[in-house]
Amino acid sequence: MPIAVLALASESRLAGTVTTEPPGAGNGAGIAGLPGTVPQSWVARLSCAGAGRDAAVAELHDLLLRAARFEIRRRRRAFPQLGGADLDDLAWQSADDALMSILRRLGDFRGDSQFTTWARKFAIVEAGAKVRRHAWRRREIPLTTALWPTVADDAPGPHQHAEAQDLLGALREEVGRLTARQRQVFVAVALNDVPIDVLAERLNTTRGALYKTLHDARHKLRAALAARGLGIEGGWR
Amino acid sequence: MTGNMPGDPRRTADHLLGPAGPELGCDECFEMLGAYVELELAGAPADAQMPLMRAHLAGCSACRDDHDSLLALLLADPGEPA
Repeated sequence: MPIAVLALASESRLAGTVTTEPPGAGNGAGIAGLPGTVPQSWVARLSCAGAGRDAAVAELHDLLLRAARFEIRRRRRAFPQLGGADLDDLAWQSADDALMSILRRLGDFRGDSQFTTWARKFAIVEAGAKVRRHAWRRREIPLTTALWPTVADDAPGPHQHAEAQDLLGALREEVGRLTARQRQVFVAVALNDVPIDVLAERLNTTRGALYKTLHDARHKLRAALAARGLGIEGGWR
Repeated sequence: MTGNMPGDPRRTADHLLGPAGPELGCDECFEMLGAYVELELAGAPADAQMPLMRAHLAGCSACRDDHDSLLALLLADPGEPA
């Protein structure tokens, strides 16, 4: 599998308007062309016709439902406002959507992990995204710098506190020089911890496309802060 | 609205500016996530074999959540034998 770094990734690969697919969902190749070295049991059962396939689909859905419930139980701790029957509905929706993605992308499975690992990541991603969207569904997403964070009182010492203040002050100026789209994404995701898939849904784009925008914004900000002599480039890692 | 940034400038920079070097995108992270987690569980040098993955997980909280959950799920329920 070719490994593309963000700096080299093509726009077409990351662009798009799909909001309900997990990352990478645009790369499906269908079930034709499976390499001979791929473990075939699950793939073969899901690719055949008749009762055997139906049984495999049902078994896979059960696996995905358990994975989705696992993820929702984990995320529930982070979102205590979630409760009631909605949670199991979210798990079923996640399993259904994951199953559809998997059946559509069966040809992408190359056997570099167990099939059950490959399949369950779809359920994890679907369920995680659904929980985050559910938790944010009535919350306003901050996209402007009208409010700006302050430095907490937990600095190791006065010197570090002053350094953090300098950094935030310079950053505020440099954020103003980003493109409007970069500024929106940076303010929401980096500054205000809005989940990137929540923002993707609101802006009608994909998580991958937004992360590319965030990456470009961060790169620009790093360079600008380094040019100011703030020691960002490699100095604070 | 996030009210406060950490007082430690290093943590503030890490939080806001993400990884300094090259990293995967979300799509590539998704493609490689299963193999990466299985390497971790096997005690293999996952970061050496997929060197750009860790940087992306440091910079993308959604992918980090997915990674942590898949890892936890496989620990609780390994699935089919290799």
